[in-house]
Amino acid sequence: MVMEKLYARRRRRNGIAVALAIAATLVGLGWLALILGTLLWEGVSGLSLRVFTEMTPPPGSDGGLLNAIMGSLTMTLIGVLIGTPIGILAGTFMAEYGRYEKLTGVVRFINDILLSAPSIVIGLFVYEIMVYPMGHFSGWAGAVALALLVIPVVVRTTEDMLLLVPNPLREAATAIGLPRAYVIRHVCYPAARAGMLTGVLLAVARISGETAPLLFTALNNQFWSSNLNAPMASLPTVIFQFALSPYEEWQQLAWTGALIITFAVLALSIGARALAASRKMS
Amino acid sequence: MNANSIPAPEVSQTSVEAAGLAERISIADLGFYYGESQALRDITLPLYANAVTAFVGPSGCGKSTLLRVLNRMYDLYPGQRATGEVTFDGQNILSPDQDVNLLRSRIGMVFQKPTPFPMSIFENIAFGIRLYERLPRSELDARVEIALRRAALWDEVKDKLQTNGLSLSGGQQQRLCIARTVALRPSVILLDEPCSALDPISTARIEELIDEFKADYTIVIVTHNMQQAARVSDFTAFMYLGELVEFDSTGRMFTSPRDERTQNYITGRFG
Repeated sequence: MVMEKLYARRRRRNGIAVALAIAATLVGLGWLALILGTLLWEGVSGLSLRVFTEMTPPPGSDGGLLNAIMGSLTMTLIGVLIGTPIGILAGTFMAEYGRYEKLTGVVRFINDILLSAPSIVIGLFVYEIMVYPMGHFSGWAGAVALALLVIPVVVRTTEDMLLLVPNPLREAATAIGLPRAYVIRHVCYPAARAGMLTGVLLAVARISGETAPLLFTALNNQFWSSNLNAPMASLPTVIFQFALSPYEEWQQLAWTGALIITFAVLALSIGARALAASRKMS
Repeated sequence: MNANSIPAPEVSQTSVEAAGLAERISIADLGFYYGESQALRDITLPLYANAVTAFVGPSGCGKSTLLRVLNRMYDLYPGQRATGEVTFDGQNILSPDQDVNLLRSRIGMVFQKPTPFPMSIFENIAFGIRLYERLPRSELDARVEIALRRAALWDEVKDKLQTNGLSLSGGQQQRLCIARTVALRPSVILLDEPCSALDPISTARIEELIDEFKADYTIVIVTHNMQQAARVSDFTAFMYLGELVEFDSTGRMFTSPRDERTQNYITGRFG
């Protein structure tokens, strides 16, 4: 009798907990669906070949986003090219050479702070060390700001993935007389490759949507410019500028740009997931 | 048990089996520390050339630690250090001047779990060779084949040398690791419980290999399995609590051990 009552109460509590969990999940997913839906609804109608072939227009006329897309691609690429080697080398130091050193703990702590630093702070920092001394905004400054966002992500994933490489594998490589650098390059890196690549893709996904660090560094550019020493357009800053404008053509282009970024990032994330999955399977 | 109460190990230098054999490695007064805690004390032991020496003893007795001293594997970890002397080719390998990578190319090691590198079967073996020798392709191919034949793996893998080493079965992976070790033409091979992750058939194949290898190498094997020690080894060292209790020819050790603890262990009364 008592047991039954107790059991019924437990079942009721369980039901409430499950219902709350499902509701919370739905609320979270609901917003996501709403955002993606709105983007598609507002953005798709503006999608046309012109978006990819014409420059950003002056108010009141038609145009595309070519200069912004190219600017984003250029600065993202350079940011990744600068940030990835630094991140991988630092992560390698932490997981391999300095695994048992106090310095590693300190570096990891500072890296975690950098990882969660507001990106506008990074933008201001680069403004101080590059834009102000050079006297003008530039694509280089934008790329460096993005690189500073790439580094902590890559450091973290590189260290984590190398720590997953089992020690017996290192010992086996050491046992045939391999110097440490060879062990790392020919045995540890291949074993951790998929995970490290995933980290780089996640870093790309992170920086391709960043606006704040670019506002203070690359600024923006209405026209086509491949000169990295001059201000450079980028999708996020163009979206920022156009979305706040009163002109309908600009607002439409902002929606379309947002759609492009979102789906590019989505594709990257799915690619990163697929890579991680293939790693588990091999 | 109070460690100090253990008497000095009885090493019978006059044993008939050792008479004609040269000492390839001489361990003298070896001590080993994991940080502050001492894992080995006063180990003095000869390792004879062209013979198999087995290290046996209960878990934690220091037999794997002793093996890992012989190729300086402990160098990978801070806080681990060895005292005393280990003489190999007339040199104390514990000295800081010793080039550890060169040492490891002469003293190979096979581990408990098979550890193929994440690369093709061919590369698993060629990789180590290339590190020390610049060979034309045809000669490299030949060396890889010889190594695989020596490890009795050639017939099973000759048609798939480019597939990943991880695709092999456990027993095959272990023989690949053995091939990788002999490819460097070492003079000593250290085996750290090489069969503990393998089935009986794979184990038998590896034991056959050990027997064949005796002609060319000095072999040291750590094993939990007393039958295996009796089957494959010529000499046995019984270790307990970080000390060497008894060292003798395997035949004598298993029939008339001099120390009571040895007798208790090999008859299964403890450990």
